[in-house]
Amino acid sequence: MLLERNDSPPSGALLRLRGVTKRYTSGTVALRDVDLVIGRHQFVSLLGSSGCGKSTLLKLISGLGQPSAGTLDWPAAPGGARRPELSFVFQEPTLLPWATALRNVALPLRLAGLDRGEIEERARRALGTVGLAGFERAYPRELSGGMKMRVSIARALVTRPSILLMDEPFAALDEIARTRLNDDLLALWQEQRFTIVFVTHSVFESVYLAQRIVVLAARPGRVAADLDVDEAYPRSPAYRTSAIYAKHCERVSAALESTMTAESAR
Amino acid sequence: MIRAKSPPGSRLPENVAAVAAPASLGIALLVFWEIVVRVRGIPPYVLPPPSLIGAALVRDWSLLSGSLWTTLSITLEALGLAVVFGLAFSVLFAQSRWMERAFFPYAVILQVTPIVAIAPLIIIWANNTLIALLFCAWLVAFFPILSNTTVGLNSADHNLLDLFALYGANRWQTLRYLRLPAALPYFLSGLRISGGLALIGAVVAEFVAGTGGTKSGLAFRILEAGNQLNIPRMFAALTLISLCGVAMFLCLTIVSHLALRHWHESAVQRES
Ligand SMILES: Nc1ncnc2c1ncn2[C@@H]1O[C@H](COP(=O)(O)OP(=O)(O)O)[C@@H](O)[C@H]1O
Ligand SMILES: [Mg+2]
Repeated sequence: MLLERNDSPPSGALLRLRGVTKRYTSGTVALRDVDLVIGRHQFVSLLGSSGCGKSTLLKLISGLGQPSAGTLDWPAAPGGARRPELSFVFQEPTLLPWATALRNVALPLRLAGLDRGEIEERARRALGTVGLAGFERAYPRELSGGMKMRVSIARALVTRPSILLMDEPFAALDEIARTRLNDDLLALWQEQRFTIVFVTHSVFESVYLAQRIVVLAARPGRVAADLDVDEAYPRSPAYRTSAIYAKHCERVSAALESTMTAESAR
Repeated sequence: MIRAKSPPGSRLPENVAAVAAPASLGIALLVFWEIVVRVRGIPPYVLPPPSLIGAALVRDWSLLSGSLWTTLSITLEALGLAVVFGLAFSVLFAQSRWMERAFFPYAVILQVTPIVAIAPLIIIWANNTLIALLFCAWLVAFFPILSNTTVGLNSADHNLLDLFALYGANRWQTLRYLRLPAALPYFLSGLRISGGLALIGAVVAEFVAGTGGTKSGLAFRILEAGNQLNIPRMFAALTLISLCGVAMFLCLTIVSHLALRHWHESAVQRES
């Protein structure tokens, strides 16, 4: 499972959530009645103010948390129960500080018990794809914030996932590093065609990256709007300054805004 | 806090200063001591001058070196056992909350009971004095390693723990690749404390035991020299004990630095 990407037909649902509710033991209802279908190879962005349950939703998808009610299944997988190969990128790079970049990237493969030669080769290749060839022996503290995030992405991609979950991955980076990582992530996605669920609270980032933006409302978290961004890839830097881009941003902002006013009205 | 930033890669002037400053202060104090004793005519059985202590150290070296070896080997063996047991129990605690709850209070009781108070009992119970001394030294050295490592094993980053769970890591893998390395800085700082405590434990227990014979340690030499009013030799033995402690602290600091130099804040050289 770890080794082969599930290459079924390009269309169709990868993941289906039906009536998913998450109530923490503290009593907080983080999500209520979320219905969501995510297609294969889609780039979906989850957008919402902080505290609206975005991280909770990713945790449920990853299997690190269980829904209190509702179901979550993987229609393409046999029986629908089996989670396909999945990777997670956190807001922090979350690297092992005592291990070199190469060993950090190799970690998932070592945990899967692959043989040394293959681990080394695939980890090197993954570091290369994120533009860090030559940094194999660097320790995390010797790398910049952007480079650490690249190592984190390489570690996520080394298992050749069918779905990549990213929880505000670039929020802590400076503008320049963020822009470059956005472009590089899009290039990787176009080349490898995994599904991405990308959590962000930035309208601009989601409009630049995603094909589809799911806007969440808070307290309890629920789907407030589901918007398509029908723009072709690759999206050049010119897209960022185009009138179409501004229009999409306005539309998405309005949707986000209405979740807030609805909330303060209650 | 003593900041012993050590050899490889560091800039020379800083190292020289780190050694030169305490060394010159020490020499100044010794000279002052020598002068005061001579000028005031203080008799050597009250306060011997450094020169006399040095002479005693040289003259009695064959006797003292044997005792030094005894004390040092008890200390190191106790420290070794403390490492083995401390690591074993902290790993056990990290695997099972229940074990931790059951055992930890007793470890605390052993720690807070003064070693001087238990040493006589241990010496009575053990039929071999050396073993009794070893046990006392182990008892005081064990706790810092246990408690520090236990904290360290639980200090692993939560996102990393999630990541390990996501990739289906088993208990052993999580321990081997995440919890143990995360605990290393905690373990090493426990080890530095335990090194000093093991020496104290060995010396205190020997004072209580008051044993003699060929295998006597430095504490017994101090008692013996005191009884014979051979104060310079007493000071010489005392000097050796201090040097042991300092040497141990330095060694453990260097070990700690080498083990952590790539990643941990405590060992990373700040560029200015
Ligand atoms: N482990 C938890 N236990 C209890 N409440 C939690 C937990 N994690 C998150 N919450 C609560 O659930 C809500 C949604 O949190 P989260 O999913 O982290 O939001 P977001 O990622 O959108 O900022 C918040 O009100 C938060 O306080
Ligand atoms: Mg969050």
